Amino acid sequence: MAMNSLLSVENLTVKYGDRVGCRNVGFDLFPGEVLGVVGESGSGKSTLLNAVSGQLPPHSGRVSYKTRLNDRCDIYGMTEPERRFLMRTDWAFVHQNPRDGLRMSVSAGANIGERLMGVGWRHYGEIREAGLNWLEKVEIDDDRVDDLPSTFSGGMLQRLQIARNLVSKPRLVFMDEPTGGLDVSVQARLLDLLRGLVSDLGLSVMIVTHDLAVARLLSHRLMVMQGGQVVESGLTDQVLDDPQHPYSQLLVSSILQV
Amino acid sequence: MEMLRAENVGKSFTLHVQDSTVISVFEHIDFTLNKGDCIALTGASGAGKSTFMRMIYANYICQEGSIRVRHGADWVDMVSAPPHEILDVRRQTMGYVSQFLRVIPRVATLDIVADPLKAMGVEVEVARGRAAVMLRRLNIPEALWSLSPLTFSGGEQQRVNIARGFVADYPIMLLDEPTASLDAGNRAVVLDLITEAKTRGTALIGIFHDEDVREAVCTSEFDITKFRAVNDG
Repeated sequence: MAMNSLLSVENLTVKYGDRVGCRNVGFDLFPGEVLGVVGESGSGKSTLLNAVSGQLPPHSGRVSYKTRLNDRCDIYGMTEPERRFLMRTDWAFVHQNPRDGLRMSVSAGANIGERLMGVGWRHYGEIREAGLNWLEKVEIDDDRVDDLPSTFSGGMLQRLQIARNLVSKPRLVFMDEPTGGLDVSVQARLLDLLRGLVSDLGLSVMIVTHDLAVARLLSHRLMVMQGGQVVESGLTDQVLDDPQHPYSQLLVSSILQV
Repeated sequence: MEMLRAENVGKSFTLHVQDSTVISVFEHIDFTLNKGDCIALTGASGAGKSTFMRMIYANYICQEGSIRVRHGADWVDMVSAPPHEILDVRRQTMGYVSQFLRVIPRVATLDIVADPLKAMGVEVEVARGRAAVMLRRLNIPEALWSLSPLTFSGGEQQRVNIARGFVADYPIMLLDEPTASLDAGNRAVVLDLITEAKTRGTALIGIFHDEDVREAVCTSEFDITKFRAVNDG
């Protein structure tokens, strides 16, 4: 475990009955760093993401996080309310399907405002102001603030989910295939937006994707997973341009050229 | 002053998809780069000039040896340093003009060129101002600055790449065929940029196909062929 890491994962193993979801995974995530996790479906990427983000108790191993007060806490050693509080304040989770991360029955503005109320904001005018501000940041017209998310397109929903997640100024963001299921022009716009927000806000990010082009553009460092294990990790362009493990080589050589 | 030192560097590729064939590329490279140098890497096409350059940038992994770089007050070994240190070297110390432009679609050319300065901590407007100067020097029409360079011609993309590389005054620069596919006018601009960098004390390593270009800007040549590994069969 590195001293100045924000998040440290040690020997993490998740089992589904007899089946292994992920085995003996360890890594450090540093402040401001974007870590990509790639691998084919079923390789254990989402299992790892869920276990690291406090949503899936591991069979063994440890996840520790350095809080704003600089003390290191064990994610699965804390109480449920403490963990919930952390997830609501310091952390954010962007789901592949924005409907999983949004409340579809309340307005766009309320979706953003709810996170702020969760961290203690009470002044209606300020909450609405912050909501409008964030809609602008994610390039949604401010006259849509009172509309229900169900009237939004897929790309807008994903941007709204991002606004809802980032409004409370988290330090660590987990993303599960954030550009999956979007058409390529919308995807490009979202990538640009994400990259800008991540560098402007100095966020640390763990992003799971099966799209190696997305991984190249967003992440500093890459982990390649196969069969629940990390088979290779390193600097993103090193892993993609000079892969060492047989599976990474296969993965990189399978990319379709446009 | 020494800026970069490669010692006993060796490189091989293992092709797991082809019966784990091992292709040895280099053995025992020793190389030194000083402030104000512009060293041309030479050797026939396929000799491994770009490969060696990518090893210096830590884009390719070295199996043997060390490539130490002066990074501020420290020395960083590009072969063994952890990813965040390598990224810091790339952000502050070492620029690389590759033959390919790899950017997020939709981002404006001006911002792409300003990006390395922003990463160094320069204020956005200052960075954009310096990017504009560089684009103007490289004859990219102002009407194109708000567009993504992915829509540009090959030569224009290359000039954007050069602008992006030279905008930040890195202490060390790697140039992979910066003058290929440029017309005479733009080639002269690139030669001026290299000369100015040398005068500032930048240490450069370049791959130049034109002998005239090498003669105009390079202080010495380094023939990579001497370090080729011998492969069996």
